[in-house]
Amino acid sequence: MTVDHAKPAAVGADRPAVKRTPAPKARRRSDRDGKWWTPWLFLAPALILFVYFKFIPMITAVTMSFQDVQPYLGNQWVGGQNYSTVLGDEAFHSAIWHTVVIAVGQTAGSMIIGLALALLMEGQSKRLKFLRSAAFLPVVVPIAVVAELWRIMYHPTEDGMLNSILGLVGLGPSGFINDPDSSMISVIITGIWRGAPYDMMIFLAGLAGIDRGLYEAATVDGASRWRKILHVTLPGLRSVFSILFVLAAIRGLRVFTEVFLLTNGGPNGSTEVAMTLIYKLGLEQNRLGVGAAGAVLLFLATLVLTLFVQVLRRRRDA
Amino acid sequence: MTAANDSALGLDAVKSPGGRILKFVLYALLLLVFAGPLLALLVSAFNDVSDPTALSVVPSSPTLDNFGIAFDLGVGMYLLNSFLVVGFGLLLQVVISVLAGYALARKKFRFMTFVLVAILATLMLPEEILAIPLSLILSDLPVVHLNLIGSLAGMIVPLGAWAFSILVMTEFMKDVPRELEEAARIDGAGDLRIFAQIILPMCKPALGVIGVFGFTMIWDQYLLPLLVSTDASTYTLPLALRTLRIDTNVTPGVIMAASLLALLPSVAAFLFFQRSFVRGLASGALKG
Repeated sequence: MTVDHAKPAAVGADRPAVKRTPAPKARRRSDRDGKWWTPWLFLAPALILFVYFKFIPMITAVTMSFQDVQPYLGNQWVGGQNYSTVLGDEAFHSAIWHTVVIAVGQTAGSMIIGLALALLMEGQSKRLKFLRSAAFLPVVVPIAVVAELWRIMYHPTEDGMLNSILGLVGLGPSGFINDPDSSMISVIITGIWRGAPYDMMIFLAGLAGIDRGLYEAATVDGASRWRKILHVTLPGLRSVFSILFVLAAIRGLRVFTEVFLLTNGGPNGSTEVAMTLIYKLGLEQNRLGVGAAGAVLLFLATLVLTLFVQVLRRRRDA
Repeated sequence: MTAANDSALGLDAVKSPGGRILKFVLYALLLLVFAGPLLALLVSAFNDVSDPTALSVVPSSPTLDNFGIAFDLGVGMYLLNSFLVVGFGLLLQVVISVLAGYALARKKFRFMTFVLVAILATLMLPEEILAIPLSLILSDLPVVHLNLIGSLAGMIVPLGAWAFSILVMTEFMKDVPRELEEAARIDGAGDLRIFAQIILPMCKPALGVIGVFGFTMIWDQYLLPLLVSTDASTYTLPLALRTLRIDTNVTPGVIMAASLLALLPSVAAFLFFQRSFVRGLASGALKG
């Protein structure tokens, strides 16, 4: 730490009780700059918590991923063995595949439906404001409630809520989350239901930033609705797209709670995702090192994705 | 004519009878899809149905029994736990964010960029990935050697560190005019006074944003309570829903009643503070 801001003469200068009165010039200077540690005092509580609950866990995760973690027996350094276990494990392969499917499905679904919602609900009328709020509600409902609600809606018999709706149009009954064939799509649909309204809000914010004059000009030029969307709206939303893509993809890769509550990876492991597997390895089977290796890999994947999109954005903006 | 060009689709301007019907059907469908399940939740919570499968959208025989049963199963205690966690967690988070925001926005010091980047980086660090090491650390905090597993404190303290709140505060505090601060300094005010009496009051909108976001974020916590809780006495309401469901005697009505209690606070917060909420979403995401 440096003391470049703290002039020895200025220490304690802003306390009225100090015996000597500093020269006016020195006093003003010390007051403006404060003591070098003032900002650190304000930052301290935040830094302590960040170190404890973000940085130390992260370092621990990385260390553990190279160790055979044995509580009370001491940890053994095993090099890359955990990573090769993870990468060679059949269960991990399918979990990663499921995670990617869910991430892609939810990201694409939420963005497409979110954009459609935003386009439909863009406007100033009172009725639209009400509709937007109603459509946004799924986002603020706690994820645990979403999962329990959809579990009951997905009830696999004919009188289950969604099955009775399917029955009305002569379909079903579907097993939904109880059938390995439909469990994945069911989890994705629940995710889209909660994710699309969020994307809608961000799209709406993006739409508000589009120059109205462009629409007018397009109308004067005789552009159809479709062409206006294609040539004015979508280009105007470019940065929103990339942000939402990163946010949604990260959300998808780290998906845990809804899968944990809806299917807990089942039936038959058909919805086991990276995080549920890591949770089971780490906290149920006590294979902490392998779980940590999986977590580190997952983190690297989200990091690469984020950086990739950032680089793309930079290049395009430049 | 300009009103028609107000939006990409210009739906507001559609006036033909066919167009109106189409619009109505479209909006009704949207409402059904996104609000329908929540309506089913609401109605079922008050419906006297013992059917273990069904939710209903049509109120049949209204009753409060579901809530009675839910409270008999301990929902009151879970609710209290949730309120304790959200109350203290939010307080801690707001205090920490305004203090850190003040330092980052109004001060210049060595390593500032480093600190800022480190805090920003945690936004890219999904909490799920830290779950396992976090649970180890909570069972034996380095240096102080406290065990927070099995206590509400274990769910509260980690919530204090949320980079989103700090960034929102920092951005807001940067916009407070320098002149105000300088004037106060000339009048002899110290850092703490300037912070409390000048900067903070100017940041009320930001406090609204981090308040409502922090609230919904904390109320929505699942993994952290799951890691920390060892028995039902420290369950938060969202966590308890799963336990209720596993009990085979519990009907959907009871689960929906408990769910309703679990979702009301965050929905209410959203409805009351919609403006702050939308602003926070936009600034949080679009600046990101």
